[in-house]
Amino acid sequence: MSKENTKPTVQTTGHAWDGDLQEFNNPLPNWWLWSFYATVVFAVIYWVLYPAWPVGRNYTKGVMNDITYTTSAGKTVTTHWNTRAALMQDLQAARERQKPYLDQISKASYNEIAKDPEKSAFAYSMAKVLFADNCAACHQTGGAGVIGLYPNLADDDWLWGGKVENIEATIRGGRKGMMPAFGKRLSETEMDDLSEHVLSLSGNKVDAAKELRGKALFEGSAGCFACHGKDAKGQASMGSANLTDSIWTIANVPGQTTLEGKKAEVKKVIFNGISREMPTWKGRLSDTEIKMLTFYVHELGGGK
Amino acid sequence: MTEQFYQQRIPIFPRSVSGRFRTLKYSILALAYGVYFLLPWLRWERATGPNQAVYFDILGRKFYLFDLVVYAQDIFWLAGLLVIAALLLFFVTGIAGRVFCGYFCFQTLWTEVFMLVERLVQGERTARIKLYNAPWSPAKALRMGTTWLLWLLVALLTGLSFTLYWGDAPILVSQMLHGEAPFPAYATTLFLTATTFVMAGLAREQVCTYMCPYARFQAVMFDPDTLIVAYDERRGEGENGRSKPGRDLLKREDRTAAGHGDCIDCGYCVQVCPTGIDIRNGMQYQCISCALCIDACNTIMDSIHYPRNLISYTSERAQEGKKTRIWKPKTLGYGVFLLAAMVLLIWSVVSRSLVELNVQQIRQPLAVLLSNGDVQNRYEVKVNNKTEHTLHFNLHIEGLAKADMETESKEERVLAPERSISFPVWIRQTPVNAIAVQQHFQFILELSESDDTMRVVRESIFYTPEQYLVSKQP
Repeated sequence: MSKENTKPTVQTTGHAWDGDLQEFNNPLPNWWLWSFYATVVFAVIYWVLYPAWPVGRNYTKGVMNDITYTTSAGKTVTTHWNTRAALMQDLQAARERQKPYLDQISKASYNEIAKDPEKSAFAYSMAKVLFADNCAACHQTGGAGVIGLYPNLADDDWLWGGKVENIEATIRGGRKGMMPAFGKRLSETEMDDLSEHVLSLSGNKVDAAKELRGKALFEGSAGCFACHGKDAKGQASMGSANLTDSIWTIANVPGQTTLEGKKAEVKKVIFNGISREMPTWKGRLSDTEIKMLTFYVHELGGGK
Repeated sequence: MTEQFYQQRIPIFPRSVSGRFRTLKYSILALAYGVYFLLPWLRWERATGPNQAVYFDILGRKFYLFDLVVYAQDIFWLAGLLVIAALLLFFVTGIAGRVFCGYFCFQTLWTEVFMLVERLVQGERTARIKLYNAPWSPAKALRMGTTWLLWLLVALLTGLSFTLYWGDAPILVSQMLHGEAPFPAYATTLFLTATTFVMAGLAREQVCTYMCPYARFQAVMFDPDTLIVAYDERRGEGENGRSKPGRDLLKREDRTAAGHGDCIDCGYCVQVCPTGIDIRNGMQYQCISCALCIDACNTIMDSIHYPRNLISYTSERAQEGKKTRIWKPKTLGYGVFLLAAMVLLIWSVVSRSLVELNVQQIRQPLAVLLSNGDVQNRYEVKVNNKTEHTLHFNLHIEGLAKADMETESKEERVLAPERSISFPVWIRQTPVNAIAVQQHFQFILELSESDDTMRVVRESIFYTPEQYLVSKQP
């Protein structure tokens, strides 16, 4: 049948099936074999050292040293070796390394932090991460905000005050920004006149007659002055906007090139009013974290 | 059934020889060992930094080389050094063959020291062969054990010395003795001890013939003018081949008359060869051009008063009776590139700036409109002091019309040696003065030294959004 295949030079296993069906004996190379044995030995050592076999509802724990760590809540946990505990231990070690710096920061005043390059570098880099985690969702990575929604933190205009204590109070307590809607209380012409006046406050060229009527409304029956002030410069205590500077947080005036477009933006705000809120961070961030964030926001470009 | 899947090593027992090349090679060996083993111990006075002449500080990311401090950002110098090393190799190999293999390669140098130890303990070639072939006995075990122990000592010193370059030598040695050194120090020392022992003690010429890529690819750098160690076949073989000096073949005239060449087939050239080849068979890839066979043959030629240089440094062209050319287009080409690379590297090292100013514009947001209508850009400024003294400096800007610069501190800044500082800078400009969306300007760092002021200039860009540009507004 297959007599040509029998090679007498190669060793066979010695068995023959169907008369002449034989199997060559081609042993593994020794290096391969010994590597295999080495992996077997490795596996046995591994079983002894690390958690490995399921036993009923439990499992073998291994004889590797127990891991002890303290959780952020201050609870001490001792457990057999596992990667989660190893990570917790690493995190604890990192927290301990940061602690001396954090203690220094919590004791220091804002002025001291700014003056000391080491403290300010630490606060800055920690707060950069905190900002990205907690603030950037609304205020954007660099604090530029979104016009119409979230205020720009990098400019020098502050609804609630730009000193460190104001910024800290804002982060700690959150803010509620509120302006009533005038859409039902004022007529279309009145709103048009009013918007002419508001635009004139920040140096836009407008129709003089309309502006004069608007001014009367602003300082009179419409009651704008109650919040924005007679000089229209706003009041940090109630978060009312300064209407005389170039900064707009709700009406996208800088994005419009024509007077009509700018007026439409302002009118939209008068018609709808404003209702927006920044949540409180007290309780969600520690005092030291709030302090570092305050320092960071103050550094963004417009701190006073 | 056992089958051999690889070429088993044929043991080589090189015989000792003395002569010009042997002396040269020992001098190079002494020099190389002196530099390698003593350099970590050389102290060097610095205003700041370690007082070790050569110190590779991995943690501090600085390499101290005498008065030069190489920072991580200068790593391209290493690329330059490697380019020079490669070009030097091509240049030298084109002219003089495997000079590196024969004289300078650490495999050659360490193998030689290991052979010296071997000869010291076990005796000359014949004694070593005898010992190798003898059955195991306490005497043999003692000799072999002593050899291995001494090899291990050399290997250990080699590994340790390498490690010392990466730390403060005296401190690191005492730490290692007390078991307090960092783990990488032990790992490096042990690894190099092991490789030195295996490569120089056991593998030896197999490293050159089987492992080393350079040994194989340098053949392409050879040309007919390249210097090679070669046997003068015409003179050595004569018409009727080489012959042992028998009764009638002692005098040179008799040999010539009988048609035999000058080679008396003593075998000395083969016995001294560290790679175990016979140079009389012509050029072979195993030959590392160590030139010991030249010394061996000349010793014999001198003793029987024959002319020297039956084996000598020559070239294929010289063997054909023509003159060897050294300056051929290839060597000139390599020479020019080598010179250019060296000049570039030296220029780059000499003209390095010791005070670095880096400015990065913050891109989120790129520009901010301020309440008075000004545009503000923010920059992260980093100053790196690579000098060994404290810097006092001021920063200001030039080339931006009517712009204000604000930083946290208005005073002169102080920067300690080998430290860097980074701080934010805000620049404000009224859009009326902006001439383009992107305005190029310079940050000027002025160092106020006692004797002279130095300026470091860094270009940057001020960005004004198009809608704020006055020229664009209706």
